[in-house]
Amino acid sequence: MRTLGVFITLSLLGSTTYAYAADQGDSIERGRYQAVLGDCAGCHTKNGTAPLAGGEPLQTPFGPLVPPNITPDSDTGIGNWSKDDFVRMMKTGTGHNGVRLYPAMPYTAYTKMNDDDLSDLWDYLTTVEPVSNKVEANQLPFPFNIRLSLWGWNLLNFTEGAYLPDASKSAEWNRGAYIVQGAGHCAACHSPKSFLGADKSGAYLQGGSLQGWYAPNITGDTHTGIGSWSTEELVGYLKTGVNKTTVASGPMAEAVENSTSLMSDADLQAIATYLKSVPSDGDVAGNPLPQSDERMKTGAAIYHDTCAACHGGQGEGAMPLFPALRGNQVVQQKSSETLARLVLLGSQGARTSGAVTTPSMPPLGWRLSDQQIADVLTYVRNSWGNTAAPVEASDAASVRP
Amino acid sequence: MARKAGLMTQILPHKDVVIIGLGWTGSILANELTDEGLEVLAIERGPWRDTATDFNIGYAQDELRYGIRRDLFLQPAVEAMTMRNNPSQTALPMRDYGSFLPGNGVGGAGVHWNGQTWRFWDSDLQIHTKLSERYGSSKIADLQLQDWGVTAAELEPFFDKFEYVAGISGKAGNIGGSLQSGGNPFEDARSRDYPLPPMKMTYAPTLFAEAATSLGWHPFPTPSANLSEAYVNTLGIAMGQCTYCGFCERFGCANYSKSSAQTTILPVLMKKKNFELRTDSEVLHVNLNTSGEMAKGVTYIDTSGQEFFQPADLVIICAYGLHNARLMMLSGIGKIYDPVTGEGTVGRNYCYQTNAGTQVFYDDKNFNPFIAAGSLGQTFDDFNGDAFDHGSVDFVGGAGINCVPTNGRPIANRPLPPGTAKWGSDWKKATTESYKSTLSFTSQGSSYPTKTNYLDLDPTYKDRFGRPLMRMTFDFPDNDIRMSEFASDRMEELAKELAGKQFVSARRKKGWDSVPYQSTHNTGGAVMGADPKTSAVNKYLQSWDVPNVFVVGASAFAHNAGKNPTGTVGALAYWAADAIRKQYLRKPGAPLVTA
Repeated sequence: MRTLGVFITLSLLGSTTYAYAADQGDSIERGRYQAVLGDCAGCHTKNGTAPLAGGEPLQTPFGPLVPPNITPDSDTGIGNWSKDDFVRMMKTGTGHNGVRLYPAMPYTAYTKMNDDDLSDLWDYLTTVEPVSNKVEANQLPFPFNIRLSLWGWNLLNFTEGAYLPDASKSAEWNRGAYIVQGAGHCAACHSPKSFLGADKSGAYLQGGSLQGWYAPNITGDTHTGIGSWSTEELVGYLKTGVNKTTVASGPMAEAVENSTSLMSDADLQAIATYLKSVPSDGDVAGNPLPQSDERMKTGAAIYHDTCAACHGGQGEGAMPLFPALRGNQVVQQKSSETLARLVLLGSQGARTSGAVTTPSMPPLGWRLSDQQIADVLTYVRNSWGNTAAPVEASDAASVRP
Repeated sequence: MARKAGLMTQILPHKDVVIIGLGWTGSILANELTDEGLEVLAIERGPWRDTATDFNIGYAQDELRYGIRRDLFLQPAVEAMTMRNNPSQTALPMRDYGSFLPGNGVGGAGVHWNGQTWRFWDSDLQIHTKLSERYGSSKIADLQLQDWGVTAAELEPFFDKFEYVAGISGKAGNIGGSLQSGGNPFEDARSRDYPLPPMKMTYAPTLFAEAATSLGWHPFPTPSANLSEAYVNTLGIAMGQCTYCGFCERFGCANYSKSSAQTTILPVLMKKKNFELRTDSEVLHVNLNTSGEMAKGVTYIDTSGQEFFQPADLVIICAYGLHNARLMMLSGIGKIYDPVTGEGTVGRNYCYQTNAGTQVFYDDKNFNPFIAAGSLGQTFDDFNGDAFDHGSVDFVGGAGINCVPTNGRPIANRPLPPGTAKWGSDWKKATTESYKSTLSFTSQGSSYPTKTNYLDLDPTYKDRFGRPLMRMTFDFPDNDIRMSEFASDRMEELAKELAGKQFVSARRKKGWDSVPYQSTHNTGGAVMGADPKTSAVNKYLQSWDVPNVFVVGASAFAHNAGKNPTGTVGALAYWAADAIRKQYLRKPGAPLVTA
């Protein structure tokens, strides 16, 4: 910031020199890309308001946390921070003046970022338009509002340290692992959480529930993960939000719009290479429920009445408009939370330069009872080669607002 | 909504372009002009509407709500009109819309149309010249026919552009002068085929086409905005395949498979940073400068009753055609047409559609009428426009003859042969039998202008803001009645060929009645042309009188042909947008045509 100030002063004095030295311009541009990889805007920007000036409250199991203003405003943003403050916060979760951050800020992932990338990111953040917007980040109830408790949390759940490359793997794989584990913080959503809200060990990227959605398994598992997707399909999905089976919606639509669709093709390729290699517990596909099951019969009737016009008589869908349900991993997750939510409340697809249609699933909760939703989802999860656990009415009820 | 007393008009920040109405034409103009980098604001009287939120698959097909109670349409409490059949009468307000049903809200009437997408012919666009040459001017002396100032060759790229945005399903009849079997041999040359093949034919149109062919006529699949296949349009927007549910006209499409602003343009337009939409806001008038020669912007009112002045460099009136004409009148743009002196152009050449129908009843057929779509059918144009020689007949014009069974909806679709009991078990029995075994077809007849069919402002009745209602003076001209009788005679020939147990014709009679539904193909009132004495806008739809106002829609039609208007409306919208982009913006405020 101090350097920047000097340059601005020079230009005000009538200097014709470009405001930034070439190498600093490069670091700002690289930092902007780090902000894309880290999807800072996903949390720190509220729709329709100034970039990075504070976001929508995150509903955590412990209560609401509001992503703070991270523009370089001195009073309400991070204008008084130094680069060292910033790098320490990203690596340790301890911010300016020693304030401990809640791990909703994924420093547990950002700790893996290397110093150069963090330095670039800081350089970029100092160039964002400063906005005065005071955010009361900590809105948790007692006792979670006591930040001292985070000392203990970190002790239990947090390992500080930069990403260590695996020499036995390709450079591409390592690049993918670095993004996924670090800036990309994929596990923040896609790994299941312990009762303390930390990533469960041994279930890395195997699916997690948050904010009313179930972020699916994104390991190489062929049944519920992305193991059956080709690298091209995975890259295409991350780039556009759409591939031959599915359309990103919910929080992933935001992640695609703000982050993955803006990543370089080489990085997307690296992410795909890495994700396809991530092992799973071996979530073996069991046998589907028999068609004779009463739930299946009821579900089939509802399906053909309400769903088939768009999703097809055989769940084949009509991409890029209507997702296929047959062979769609989202349909076969352990949890039916996302499915129930889509049927109850509807959702709009991601909007990227490669997919401009933004088709919407209409809300049907006004029309279908919890039991009907359970039956139709049970049918969809056990038809056309799909296999997944039946859905109970209580599963739909827990999602219904 | 009512104007609130005592509130000052609020003056808003300037925009490059204000578009009044966000239906088909407003969306087309907004998308084209935002591509040019202009700051564009659309002001829409009705609500926001989108597929999943407003045409939810679970209730989009509610016939009572949409078909009978007409949920999507303009209500007379918002804007009524007065009507009369001739200037000697005193016009009275239509207490409800009946004969025609203007749209309301984002997407306009393009939300609830059937989807027949036609190109008007060169013989329509140059109708006065062509008919005078072929038959002599005395043949058309009773009519106020005039050329449109544009040729089919000029419009062809813009017809094509609209059809490829909308994903029209059809079969070309003439590509670059070469006739194509299975298409319409009477159409003008087109540069390429439709973007999608025709829809799969159902039984009724198939029989109709067989009978027409055996009579030597030339049926072809009706060009349809109900998509025969999934499609990604020229803006990159994906559309679905039609499910043949039979809920098109009066309904929004839940399946992204009927072309509308929502399914073809808005996903791209709404995300543009240089586009803004304000809904539930009614434009009261266009504001002119003191000399009345240039528009300064528009005045509109929102649901709180607050009035706003929105300054703009360019005002494009894209409301329903009838409302375009009224807004010009209320704003003092051009002079209102006077049928006595023949002077004035705004309101001139109001035309409608001269339709008739024939039903054939069978004992032994099942047409499954519920498998249907708004434009799924067959048409022949052997007796349309100037496709046939009028030397031996006492009229000009004609009709497309269409077998387009649009629906088998349970409330309104109750075909019954004459003589059926009106109630009781006999009525029920006949209803059940005829529902599945009736074949209907219609003549979509041309409507040609006369001196005394016109629009102006009512001297008595006012709207909720105290503005005069629009007055419609209309009856079917004698020429058009003779045309329709001829078309009905041809349909009866066809009915005999179809050999049912009985047929019945509903023939068009003099005395337009505003109550029963007939057609929402109201045209004219701000017609385009080469002569400012007889047209309100020039060939690029630019006002002759206020050159920074363009008026886009079927209001520009100098007459109505025997075809649905939307395809030509879409082409004219792209044509006007192209003229603004390539010519007007080089010298803003200047007339594109010197009178």
